Amino acid sequence: MMPPDHPIAAAEAPREPAETNNNEATGLPWLHTWRGVYIFVFGCFVLWVALLFALMTIFS
Amino acid sequence: MSLLDFVVLIGSMLGIAAYGIWRTRDRHSLSTYLKGDQTMGWAAIGISVMATQASAITFISTPGQGYQDGLGFVQNYFGMPLALIMVAAVFLPMYRRLNVYTAYEFLGRRFDAKTRLLGAALFLLQRGLAAGITIYAPAIILSTVLGWRLDLTIILSGLLVIIYTASGGSDAVTLTQKYQLAVIFGGMVTALIVLLVKLPANLSLTDAFTVAGGFKKLEAVDFSLDFNRRYTFWSGLLGGLFLSLSYFGTDQSQVQRYISGASLREGRLGLMFNAVLKIPMQFFILLLGALLFVFYQFEPPPVFFNQAAWSVGVQHDPGEHLHSLEQKFAAVHSEKQQLIHAWLDAKHAGDRQAEGEARAQALAANERSEAVRAEAKSALQATNAKMKTNDADYVFITFVLNHLPHGVIGLLVAAFFAAALSSKAAELNALGSTTTVDFYRHIIKRDATDAHYVTASKCFTLLWGLVALAFALFANLAENLIQAVNIVGSVFYGVVLALFLVAFFLRWVGGTAVFWAALAAQMLVFVLYFSLSISYLWYNFIGCAACVIFSIALQAAIGSDGKTAEIRAT
Repeated sequence: MMPPDHPIAAAEAPREPAETNNNEATGLPWLHTWRGVYIFVFGCFVLWVALLFALMTIFS
Repeated sequence: MSLLDFVVLIGSMLGIAAYGIWRTRDRHSLSTYLKGDQTMGWAAIGISVMATQASAITFISTPGQGYQDGLGFVQNYFGMPLALIMVAAVFLPMYRRLNVYTAYEFLGRRFDAKTRLLGAALFLLQRGLAAGITIYAPAIILSTVLGWRLDLTIILSGLLVIIYTASGGSDAVTLTQKYQLAVIFGGMVTALIVLLVKLPANLSLTDAFTVAGGFKKLEAVDFSLDFNRRYTFWSGLLGGLFLSLSYFGTDQSQVQRYISGASLREGRLGLMFNAVLKIPMQFFILLLGALLFVFYQFEPPPVFFNQAAWSVGVQHDPGEHLHSLEQKFAAVHSEKQQLIHAWLDAKHAGDRQAEGEARAQALAANERSEAVRAEAKSALQATNAKMKTNDADYVFITFVLNHLPHGVIGLLVAAFFAAALSSKAAELNALGSTTTVDFYRHIIKRDATDAHYVTASKCFTLLWGLVALAFALFANLAENLIQAVNIVGSVFYGVVLALFLVAFFLRWVGGTAVFWAALAAQMLVFVLYFSLSISYLWYNFIGCAACVIFSIALQAAIGSDGKTAEIRAT
């Protein structure tokens, strides 16, 4: 059985300060929150599926 | 290929590789070698993530899938947008907060050393195998159709990617991917335009879609609950979700791309770029295949698209059975072509009854044509039992070589090689990083200098490159190539993903429970894979679910092991 990881982790090279800002702004003009970005992406997915279904139905 | 084609091919490939080496000649610290200088914007990250996933197989084999089976393969990607949202919301912030070099470092912080090593080992095993396929796949096809020696094609393309990846590290991969993707999209868009131009003059785009739809090549969405069907909406959504979540969230070849961003925002937007564009990109590549099918309804196709193999078969066929099958196929094709014209004429005249009748007759003629093709494949195999009879991977390259102008052929072949090099570079970079950080620095040499680890990382990248080359030189694949890569991934990915999901969401489960649960779940997946015939996408879900359930049960059985589930570094 191998030893727990943390003593080895401590022996490894020191790291730069870690980034912790989870509330970083999106910087997008119409989508100011990440929740809004995710909803937009999900909406695009639904739109793609709907368009594929429409293409299939029209030319079947 | 003409001299102009060779100039385009060699100039673009060597030029991009040389540029990558020159721009990254000063990467001497481990951090900049493994993660770049962390100034990447979202567009560069998005392109790099896309180029890493899209291998040469994507561009050679996928149009063949579209030609043979239609658009149904696009469902494979339905789980990807949801997976990328989860990676952006949960995985990426955690990796950046802990400032890790590899995804498996996170497992070490959360669980213990053995779980970290298990995650890294599963990655090295499956990605090492896939790396061999990604270099073998384009080489076997290109060497066959171009008449080049297979071993030389593998070795020369493999050595080029090894040199610039080992030399420049992560930044060299990202920099070269940008230009390689430009070559790829330039080539694919040109091929689509030429294909549309070469369709018969009296055939409108609507007519082309009517023919494709009539032959069931546009059936993109299948809502059936049949588990034995390879691609359905549900297998794509659920199996694809787990496959994509595992690939983007835990596969170091992808993690290394988006943790190199200038900030969390850049990484997240790079992932969302792919979440929005991947499905339409795959759709257009498959549509290219479906339109190739339409093109070959008006232009006589070969009875077997791997023409080199066919020629060898003809030489070993003294009874000229293959030749008679070629003539039979041409006659059926000619009959089918007339029926399609009658079908479209009836459609244009508004005669629904005649249209329906002609369409039914064309479909029947297509079945006869496919029957002749099946007979031809059997006859070909009778000349040599080892002959591969799946010719879907040769459809697009046959079109490129026979119907595109010189110069453009060179661009397309360059695009295939660019795709091979871009995905291969990211894989080698990740294999070298994981071996250095999770094994060498973690177990063998813990207190060396940064320069020593950079040298070690270069050596491991070189070593993995040579392993992939050796695998490629001795590979012999039966499946359609793009499916072979996905099958290898699906067998391993579910369990690796479960390690991370337990780490994130089941904070009371410790390292010992999840370690043994992962081993048991991986064994279960192996047994099921060799005993069931369900769609391979389901193994992502099965492996993941089994590992999570086993972890909970084992942790409940052994009780608390004294380790808190909080991440030690926080």
